[in-house]
Amino acid sequence: MHEQSIVESLLALALKNAGKAKASKILRIYLVVGELSGVLEEAVNFYFGFLSRDTIAAQASLFFMHTPAQLRCRNCNTVFSPERLDFHCPNCKEQQVEIVSGRELYIDSMEV
Amino acid sequence: MSVKILTIKEDILGANEEKAKINQELMDKHHILMINIMSSPGAGKTSLIIQTIKRFKGKTRIAVIEGDIASTIDADKVSQQAIPVVQINTAGACHLDANMIKKALDNLALEQIDLVLIENVGNLICTAEFALGAHKKVMLLSVPEGDDKPYKYPLMFTEADVVLVNKIDVLPYFDFNISAFSRAVSGLNPSTRIFPVSAKTGEGLEPWFSWLEDAIKQKTSTA
Repeated sequence: MHEQSIVESLLALALKNAGKAKASKILRIYLVVGELSGVLEEAVNFYFGFLSRDTIAAQASLFFMHTPAQLRCRNCNTVFSPERLDFHCPNCKEQQVEIVSGRELYIDSMEV
Repeated sequence: MSVKILTIKEDILGANEEKAKINQELMDKHHILMINIMSSPGAGKTSLIIQTIKRFKGKTRIAVIEGDIASTIDADKVSQQAIPVVQINTAGACHLDANMIKKALDNLALEQIDLVLIENVGNLICTAEFALGAHKKVMLLSVPEGDDKPYKYPLMFTEADVVLVNKIDVLPYFDFNISAFSRAVSGLNPSTRIFPVSAKTGEGLEPWFSWLEDAIKQKTSTA
């Protein structure tokens, strides 16, 4: 459900940058979305559809670049990408991990 | 019309993070400790807040910010303790954000406050994503929810400074293994403090109160 606020922020950021570049239309937005960011593509597209109406981003398509979660086991130092958010270390089976990456959520670039 | 590529590389939640930072600076300026309390619905956030107010009354000047999708039920309960309460109705949003907190803070007499307790919307997922500007994050998990939650909602547990296991008065009726739970939480977040409590009976609350007292002291000593 928090995709609504995320799309509001995403749109504001896109419009701000388009404005700075004096663009008349936003064509494509490339997003980097970490696996652990909890952001669902379908929900983002859905909210973007109606939130972008009446803006220069109305026709824009969103492209998602997903970055996998990477965790480091505090017990045996193994770095691994969890499958289906199972945080257990594949090596020692413990769940003592720190998140190395996967929480990214940013606009990489735009075509205007 | 030519197509141009703009490189942005800007965090989508960056604007919220900025506002959260401003909130925290405002708190620092007034030497106020601000705490973000998160849990699922019904875990006992309001009861914990009321117990905490009762314990600190007369010593620490507390204000509460209540976040709910709708209603003023929690704010009404808390305001019976005769302290300033601001209710935020998020009208559907599943979490509080920094902007809502800013507006709530505008409604409080900050020079007369030492501690702001924020009761976030009951939700174990979205609330962890949005910074509010709080100095500490406190999470509640109640016994009936089960001890497997660190595995199901790992992010929330990596964020918390304190995890309170609430409703330990009903432990005999549930298969909740506190040591297994603590192991799971510490695995994700070795520095977090875990306190088993009952906000209803008051059992186990002293360690939480002294943690909070230390945190308040630390904040006011930086004054």
